[in-house]
Amino acid sequence: MYAFDIERPTTLADAVKLLAASDEHQALGGGQTLIPTLKQRLAMPETLVSLTAIDELKGICQDDAGRICIGAATTHDEVVKGAGDYPGLAALAGQIGDPAVRNRGTIGGSLANNDPSACYPAAALGSGATIVTNKREIAADDYFQGMFTTALDEGEIITEVKFPVPQKAAYMKFEQPASRFALVGAFVAQYADGVRVAITGASEEGVFRWSEAEAALGANFSPDAIEDLTLSGDGMIADLHGSGDYRANLVAVMTKRAVAAAG
Amino acid sequence: MPQVNMTVNGKPASGDVEGRTLLVEFLRDSLNLTGTHVGCDTSQCGACVVHVNGKAVKACTMFAAEAEGTEVLTIEGVAAPDGTLDPVQDAFHQHHGLQCGFCTPGMVMSAKALLAENPKPTEAEVRDYLEGNICRCTGYHNIVKAIMAASGQDVETIAAE
Amino acid sequence: MPKDGGIGASSKRREDARFLTGIGNYTDDINLHGQAYVHFLRSDVAHGKINGIDTSTAESMPGVIRIFTGKDFETAGSIPCGWQVTDRFGEVMKEPRHPILAEGKVRHVGDPIAAIVAETREQARDAAEAIELDIEDLPAVIDMKAALEDGSTKVHDDLSDNLCFDWGFVEENKQAVDDAIKSAAHVTTLELVNNRLVPNAMEPRVAVGDFNRGTGEHTLYTTSQNPHVIRLLMGAFVLNIPEHKLRVVAPDVGGGFGSKIYHYAEEAFCTYAARELNRPVKWTCTRSEAFLSDAQARDHVTKIELALDADNNFTAVRTETYANMGAYLSTFAPSIPTWLHGTLMAGNYKTPLVYVNVKAVFTNTVPVDAYRGAGRPEATYQLERVIDKAARELGVDPIALRRQNFITEFPYATPVAVEYDSGDFNRLMDKLEANADFDGFAARRAENEKTGKLRGLGINCFIEACGIAPSHLVGQLGARAGLYESATVRVNATGGITVMTGSHSHGQGHETVFPQVVADMIGIDESMIEIEHGDTANTPMGMGTYGSRSIAVGGSAMVRATEKIINKARKIAAHLMEAAEADIELKDGQFTVAGTDKSVAWGDVTLAAYVPHNYPLEDIEPGLEETAFYDPNNFTYPAGAYACEVEVDPETGRVTIERFTTADDFGNVVNPMIVDGQVHGGLAQGIGQALLENCSYDENGQLLSASYMDYAMPRADDMPFFTVDHSNGTPCAHNPLGVKGCGEAGAIGSCPTVINAVVDAVQSGGINLDHIDMPVTPGRVWQAIQSAK
Repeated sequence: MYAFDIERPTTLADAVKLLAASDEHQALGGGQTLIPTLKQRLAMPETLVSLTAIDELKGICQDDAGRICIGAATTHDEVVKGAGDYPGLAALAGQIGDPAVRNRGTIGGSLANNDPSACYPAAALGSGATIVTNKREIAADDYFQGMFTTALDEGEIITEVKFPVPQKAAYMKFEQPASRFALVGAFVAQYADGVRVAITGASEEGVFRWSEAEAALGANFSPDAIEDLTLSGDGMIADLHGSGDYRANLVAVMTKRAVAAAG
Repeated sequence: MPQVNMTVNGKPASGDVEGRTLLVEFLRDSLNLTGTHVGCDTSQCGACVVHVNGKAVKACTMFAAEAEGTEVLTIEGVAAPDGTLDPVQDAFHQHHGLQCGFCTPGMVMSAKALLAENPKPTEAEVRDYLEGNICRCTGYHNIVKAIMAASGQDVETIAAE
Repeated sequence: MPKDGGIGASSKRREDARFLTGIGNYTDDINLHGQAYVHFLRSDVAHGKINGIDTSTAESMPGVIRIFTGKDFETAGSIPCGWQVTDRFGEVMKEPRHPILAEGKVRHVGDPIAAIVAETREQARDAAEAIELDIEDLPAVIDMKAALEDGSTKVHDDLSDNLCFDWGFVEENKQAVDDAIKSAAHVTTLELVNNRLVPNAMEPRVAVGDFNRGTGEHTLYTTSQNPHVIRLLMGAFVLNIPEHKLRVVAPDVGGGFGSKIYHYAEEAFCTYAARELNRPVKWTCTRSEAFLSDAQARDHVTKIELALDADNNFTAVRTETYANMGAYLSTFAPSIPTWLHGTLMAGNYKTPLVYVNVKAVFTNTVPVDAYRGAGRPEATYQLERVIDKAARELGVDPIALRRQNFITEFPYATPVAVEYDSGDFNRLMDKLEANADFDGFAARRAENEKTGKLRGLGINCFIEACGIAPSHLVGQLGARAGLYESATVRVNATGGITVMTGSHSHGQGHETVFPQVVADMIGIDESMIEIEHGDTANTPMGMGTYGSRSIAVGGSAMVRATEKIINKARKIAAHLMEAAEADIELKDGQFTVAGTDKSVAWGDVTLAAYVPHNYPLEDIEPGLEETAFYDPNNFTYPAGAYACEVEVDPETGRVTIERFTTADDFGNVVNPMIVDGQVHGGLAQGIGQALLENCSYDENGQLLSASYMDYAMPRADDMPFFTVDHSNGTPCAHNPLGVKGCGEAGAIGSCPTVINAVVDAVQSGGINLDHIDMPVTPGRVWQAIQSAK
């Protein structure tokens, strides 16, 4: 790692101030992705501003609209245990990384990074969540802008994520055998006003909504409804672990299985 | 360099660290607690698992500065002061749950965290929980068996040997 | 009744106490006063000409002590190769220079170019980034067959081409094999790839060099399976340091699996630099660096043909294999695809004619060498896959076809130059059939089919050769080392014993198992015996631990030394009891005069040896310490029959191991618990190779699977509980313990078992799939099913 300083502000205001102070200051969430990146010397911050000592960024509650609101510095493990009102989300959080990673990694860190194979982007997009920052609220549909790219501005910090609770939801993750990230993950949620299907791991554009499946499932929420739906392998990630066609196939299979699991 | 203060294995510990100093480096290099190992640099092998405020974490993926004010438990602090092995350690011994010993500290720390959360895990739950701990020697057979035995379950009926 | 001590007892491991409490002493735990740190700047291109290395800026960076490049080592020896293979035409293999730091060219991604020694690790790494490299890219040679084409870029400019050797075995049989295949009633042909692996012992390599100006002694602490071999190779061939001025210590070592046999450049560097700089120099490999610098494994491309007569008797086997050496010859690389591979191509079968051709090829990849099984997994895999395919083609039961062709009489001289001393393959298969519940398979398959899954059953038989020996034979085959083992048994005055062995434990449990043998021989408690290993300063010259040799060769040396001890102790006891030596019996640690009640205890005799007041000084020397070197007269030949049941999800291609059952013949077993553990670990590595692990380069020689993010290590949830058995051993006929090696069997027998099961599963779905290459990742299985549909 290159040398850097660590600041551990205890208030959001201080964190924002520290990040605004220099372009070379970078936010540090749970560090489960950033620290391995730093070890490879792929990032060269002057100062890391740790967000894990800020109590106001932690915790899970429900707002007046019934949405589950998760502080950005809430760990995956805390979501597993504390988001019981949204079982599909809690179950997804329990599939991220491994137990030790879930004890450090945070929802804000995951969404800010927007790894194309991460699990949380599927939940946020598949739930139509709202990403709250120190400046504004961003709808999930506007937030994810391609691999490792989001609507966040320089120095903007995610403070909270608000998830509308669906009638049913489930996440099916097919793990890449080495990293255990999603080779393909399908998050399916049924709301009163329609079904959302978000796919992670598959596309070169990062997480995306599978609109054909949403339409079919909106009419009939059952695996049969999407039995004949297929996707093209074009634009899907192709690597050591599978071709674009294979990932396209997994999208269909995992979506069906998610619908079946949602019941 | 800033100073960091924490409690390690029940005793106060402090030292000067750089921002980039990892918790595992602080434990190994500053405190000479070399039982916590480093087996990878991508946060996957789990040889470095310790407990911070009772939670299993990878000490190679946390900065020492972030452990300020915490209670850290490493493998050196698991056995009783008189040397009596903890039930998980003893089960690893009884069931030959280790060979070269390199992954063992992390395995024991993860196993303890599992049993604290789930006192009677099934075989599948144990295997799932160990996703972040890689062992190259044992094929995991005796590790899983040892953890189930440590939880008080009868493991004699497990696949014949 | 299980024994509670001695040979045959599942004694609990004494090593555990320190490993379980975090007080082991691994090489990275060693920190010497004043030590500096080295970082190796490694090539990021697979092939390139070094036009210039400018270290001037880097040298002035904070903390930098000195920067070394290839020029500093021009007079040093080449990292040596320990085995010279002679080809089909009587020519010796090509053996290019392997420098400590690159000279003129870089030949694989990871090839070290410069070594930066600094006060801290990070300072060394900072300075590495400031080194200006002028490297001209050259085309990378990655594919083995392309590497052999006329006009291919050469990995080594001073060699005529990229062919290291073209080996034929048994060359005299070639024509007869060709004729037998031509005239066979049936020939089954299979082309396959034995995938390249990265060994990945969990402890990355570490080296700490130290130099004592006062005595001129060099010390190297290193993660090695064989410190004496490192001392010999590095001292005599690379750095020109006499052995009496060089001590090599391999303390607790966190797994090896072959990858820590070899002498590596980093070891030589740290030893050399410590003297040059007059301070200890430490190198700790990161995992990412290990992917580019630890010797890799397997990587064979093979075509095998099996000829059968009209009655399904095997009449001939012919193979053609391309074996990847990588960019340089690692220590034992040439022996792996030849003498450790060709000699096993008869397998468990009385095939009368075998011909093995191996073309070893240089490529711009990391060097390849032995890894658990080393040549024997490659042999077993191709043979047992082609037999399975033949059974399918002929419509016969794969077990019956194997049984029909089993060797049943021992000793048996194979057509590939080895003599199996003992075995009973039918009995192993009987045991397997009983333990694996073949009768219940149909019901289990039907259960899977209800959920749209396919279930397959694969079986496999294997024999392997381990405890490689004897020295005079391996010398004829090209080994540049002896393959004996040594032990010194030092009995202390009060009866406790220290055994100093040339074997080295890096997980095998020697500290527990070796005392069981000595305890049994003398009749004393195991706790009275301590094992020392790993330090050339206090152990006799020995060859270390690899190739499943420790108990068979090292254990035998210890038995021989202990026999000498007992013989001398009997003389002392005879003197003490004023009886004839011939009448002295030793039982339960008591020497007795036969037929009388006169006896002296072990401790009385040992005390007399060191306090020789009443002692036959005119006949024997005081003291009780003996050394033995044991050079076996043959390999040991463990064998096994394995069964695996897999579930294949045809929608995703995911393969799950549902059951795995083994029946092994390890001869006599000293500690069943430890043998079980060895089998478990071997199985996981073989299953890992079959399902998960794939070291893959792109066409430019960039490693695609360069970390655990892309190289799939087997995890707990990839494995089932195994059902293992070794109760049907046929004792080894030629070593004093009757033991055979057990360390590699699991890795040798498991790959074909898994693939046979996967093919069986896919076939059960009505999909005509002949073969699928390892690793059978979900993507590959799905693709294979689509292609075969």
